[in-house]
Amino acid sequence: MDTTICAISTAVGTGAISIIRVSGKEAISIVNSVFSGVDLTKVNTHTIHYGFIVEEDNKIDEVLITLMKSPKTYTTEDTVEINCHGGISTTNKVLEILLNKGCKLAEPGEFTKRAFLNGRIDLLKAEAISDLINSETEKARKLAINQIEGKLSKKIEYIRKNLIQIQASIEVNIDYPEYDDIEVITNQNLIPNLNKILFDLNELIFESENGRIIKNGIDVVILGKPNVGKSSILNTLLEEEKAIVTNIPGTTRDIIEGKINLNGILLNVIDTAGLRQTSDFVEKIGVQKSINVSEKADLIIYVIDNTTANLAGDIKKITNLNNKKLIIFINKDDMSSKNKYDKFNKYNVVMGNTISTNGLDKLKNKIVEMFNIKYLDTKDFSYLSSARQISLAKKAKNAIENAINNLNEGISIDMVTIDIKECYETLGEIIGAVYQDDLIDELFSRFCLGK
Amino acid sequence: MKNKYDIIVVGGGHAGCEASYVASKLNFNVALITSNINNIADMPCNPSIGGTAKGIVVREIDALGGLMGKIADRSHFQIKMLNNSKGPAVRSLRAQADKKIYPQEMLKELKKLKNLTIIEAMVEDIIVNDNTITGIILENNKVINCKSLILTTGTYLKSHVLVGSEIKKEGPHGERRSLNLSDNLKKRGFEILRLKTGTPQRIEKNSIDYSNLKPEYGDLTPLTFSFDNPPLYDINNQELCYVTYTSPETHKIINDNLEKSAMYSGNVKGVGARYCPSIEDKIVRFADKERHQLFLEPESKFTNEIYIQGFSTSMPYDVQEKLVHSLPGLEKAKILKYAYAIEYDAINPLHLKPSLETKIINNLYTAGQINGTSGYEEAAGQGLIAGINASLKLQNKEPLILKRNESYIGVLIDDLVTKGTIEPYRLLTSRAEYRLILRHDNADLRLRKYGYEIGLINKIQYNKLIKKENSINDLINELKIKRLSKKNIPLNVLNKIKEKQLTSGYSLYELIKRPEFKIIDFINNKLINSKYSNDIIETTEFLIKYEGYINKTYKDIKRLLKLEEKQIPKDIDYDKVKNIATEGRQKLKQIKPLTIAQATRISGVNPADISMLIIYLKKEYSNNE
Repeated sequence: MDTTICAISTAVGTGAISIIRVSGKEAISIVNSVFSGVDLTKVNTHTIHYGFIVEEDNKIDEVLITLMKSPKTYTTEDTVEINCHGGISTTNKVLEILLNKGCKLAEPGEFTKRAFLNGRIDLLKAEAISDLINSETEKARKLAINQIEGKLSKKIEYIRKNLIQIQASIEVNIDYPEYDDIEVITNQNLIPNLNKILFDLNELIFESENGRIIKNGIDVVILGKPNVGKSSILNTLLEEEKAIVTNIPGTTRDIIEGKINLNGILLNVIDTAGLRQTSDFVEKIGVQKSINVSEKADLIIYVIDNTTANLAGDIKKITNLNNKKLIIFINKDDMSSKNKYDKFNKYNVVMGNTISTNGLDKLKNKIVEMFNIKYLDTKDFSYLSSARQISLAKKAKNAIENAINNLNEGISIDMVTIDIKECYETLGEIIGAVYQDDLIDELFSRFCLGK
Repeated sequence: MKNKYDIIVVGGGHAGCEASYVASKLNFNVALITSNINNIADMPCNPSIGGTAKGIVVREIDALGGLMGKIADRSHFQIKMLNNSKGPAVRSLRAQADKKIYPQEMLKELKKLKNLTIIEAMVEDIIVNDNTITGIILENNKVINCKSLILTTGTYLKSHVLVGSEIKKEGPHGERRSLNLSDNLKKRGFEILRLKTGTPQRIEKNSIDYSNLKPEYGDLTPLTFSFDNPPLYDINNQELCYVTYTSPETHKIINDNLEKSAMYSGNVKGVGARYCPSIEDKIVRFADKERHQLFLEPESKFTNEIYIQGFSTSMPYDVQEKLVHSLPGLEKAKILKYAYAIEYDAINPLHLKPSLETKIINNLYTAGQINGTSGYEEAAGQGLIAGINASLKLQNKEPLILKRNESYIGVLIDDLVTKGTIEPYRLLTSRAEYRLILRHDNADLRLRKYGYEIGLINKIQYNKLIKKENSINDLINELKIKRLSKKNIPLNVLNKIKEKQLTSGYSLYELIKRPEFKIIDFINNKLINSKYSNDIIETTEFLIKYEGYINKTYKDIKRLLKLEEKQIPKDIDYDKVKNIATEGRQKLKQIKPLTIAQATRISGVNPADISMLIIYLKKEYSNNE
């Protein structure tokens, strides 16, 4: 971290100003060397200065310089932010000048990396900031900001504090067995307390699954036999002609993706090749891909052609999709049909067509309902959102479940403390309160350090 | 008395006895210097050996070849297993040791050693040449030379005895104290801590009315600390202890006289232990507690003194009279000895390496209360290790450093040298993160091999260990091979099985995993051999029943060992490691951890600091390989 890095920190676009951030040991001296105004090496920290960026006496841009000295900065290093006013090409020119003066172009997330490595933020915050940078919806952004503010850490600390109290009351019993005036820990007073922890963890995990949805969106896969209108549904949802639609079965051979924002939640809609036995080599690969993506989907929209003569194949395929969230979309409901759909009563069924928007609105509403999207809209977000965090939370939950089960089975308390301790430490891993060897590997892989 | 020995041990308490014993056993010429030969292995406070965690330490001392377990077995008059109900991992022995017999038996054992000389003298200074110890200076300015020195000075460094407003400049029981040794250590760079402990009154046995007091009995199963001797006491004729409680009157007397206590008048400068508070402390800190439990424990079969466990105080004599008489059963009690607090000097244990050698002076070792611990067992465990390591170093061998996953002694020493202490340190089972592995029943399986390698455990003892290991394996195999099916299952076993249907049959091993079965059930049914002794059955049953937890613990241990393997080079310059928090950097510089694992245990060094340290080590040291 000896180098000084710089990057355009505002979104690329046509905003009134754009900001270039410079961080590192030479941040102040480099900017000073291209700045015409006060001597930046002699001003106080956390001050703003008016002047021009110059190159060989040519004024390139009229700027405001925000100067922040180490350590009270985002990266803890000397940091200078240049507020450029000249639009995108001028901003790029200023950046180029800085690079010529010895700055290195920052890699994505490098400012955050420095903040983390310099000990200013914990891993959870670092993760959240990288989420923030990559967030695609307002909800995802809010979630990331809540993590940065430490709401999640506080929630986990609260659970950990309760665990420590439980553990301490057990330990007193173990270490001072001679004293009968200490409250004796029994299953009757222990299990309700552990159940409370379990409740908190369940809530955290449940909300975190939502957090994942907020962050990554919902993966929706459209399945069905060839030529039932899957691609038309995709196109109508996306409001663009993304997939080629013909009346020839097997037109879609690869998967086609599009994104829509549904009440602030991102839907990653994936259209697939129709499911059928085929001898066409390319189409075969497509069918296999359809099966693969549907395994990872959060939601499957299974499309049935209202006019089809035989439902048997569809019923079989739907039965194979158990454990998945599923909507059956009966397409072409404007056409007459002799089919009866009472077999699908236990599923979510939506009737509609792609000619009118009515059916598709019903489809969207169904999704909103199934994923509680309205509820997500009103909730305060403080969820675990990375796979790492969620899997650790589940591990912690398992440990507490083991503790409760083992107590009920009559296992002695000294064993059960191992489960309780495991829960405590696993939660500590989420917030980085426990040193883990694999954390360092994570660090190296995320930030390609040490090269 | 010669003027030169290989190893000198200063102090004849529990640490000093173990240290001189092992060093003599390993064929070094050893001098044990004590201010009073009659106080060798003295028990100045409670008349008991063992207790939670401590009882396991005694087993570990025995496994390694030390004395405490054997002497305790010869001298106690009541013994019991604590924590039977809380599970096998936290069981621990506790015995009422006879305060007359224990020191006698210890002295007898030490006198058997031909190359041990016991000297009565007061040590006032050490001699250091080129950062290495070369001898000591006695009170009369006489010099005795040595190659290694072990200081086990207990509470005798500049001690003050405090009762009410009175400050007596003396050691326990009015003994003489060392006036200059701690100042001289300070001059050589040791940070000196001032610690405090206390002891309760001793009561005339026959002046107590026991009629309304609850007796406490010993266990009726035979128990021993040592792996080498049978029970040596009469199980059916153990002495009783009794339980009494503080009364509302006791609490009133304390609250009315609080300013008279040495603790609260400001006379006490030393830091006392939170887990062993004086009675005035308990009543002030836990004001809403109606009563506090106290134990009346006989000190010896040969004296008439009763010890009031839990009632230590530094109140003046007249208040103590009132306090004792406010206790149920002690209304007419006669006080034979008054309670007192004692302050003494100790060194900051962060000056020590895990071998218990000091970082400042080569070949100087310290053990026991001088290192900031409390307790006879903690002292003996350290004395044993200091004695072993002083000897190993003179043999040019690597020190014995017990890991946290191997022994409570390892936990104790690692805590001391890594975390330091600001109050007298007591071992607790909760300090051991792998206590499932550090059990009472397997101390020999864990540690005897080390004792054998060092030369403190003989061939006969070692063969007994191997036989035990083999028997456990035999029993496990037998349980795995023997299967029960519909045809051959005895009815009383079948009745115990909850689900009543034997679809595929079970091995006995699988059945033992269920809470409803014990190995003894199968022995009684003649399903397996009855040749196994109780300790084999106990350990085996544990290994099978808790296999899941044991495996989980070993997984954690594996993670620890991975970090233990990551050594920190001795020449590391912590100022060059970037981005470590100031506190973490100071602690690392002071403690100089040997491994990353040790560094993670230092309080004030946070996980981010460790990450930085590892990154630094990878960058700086892996390139050179």
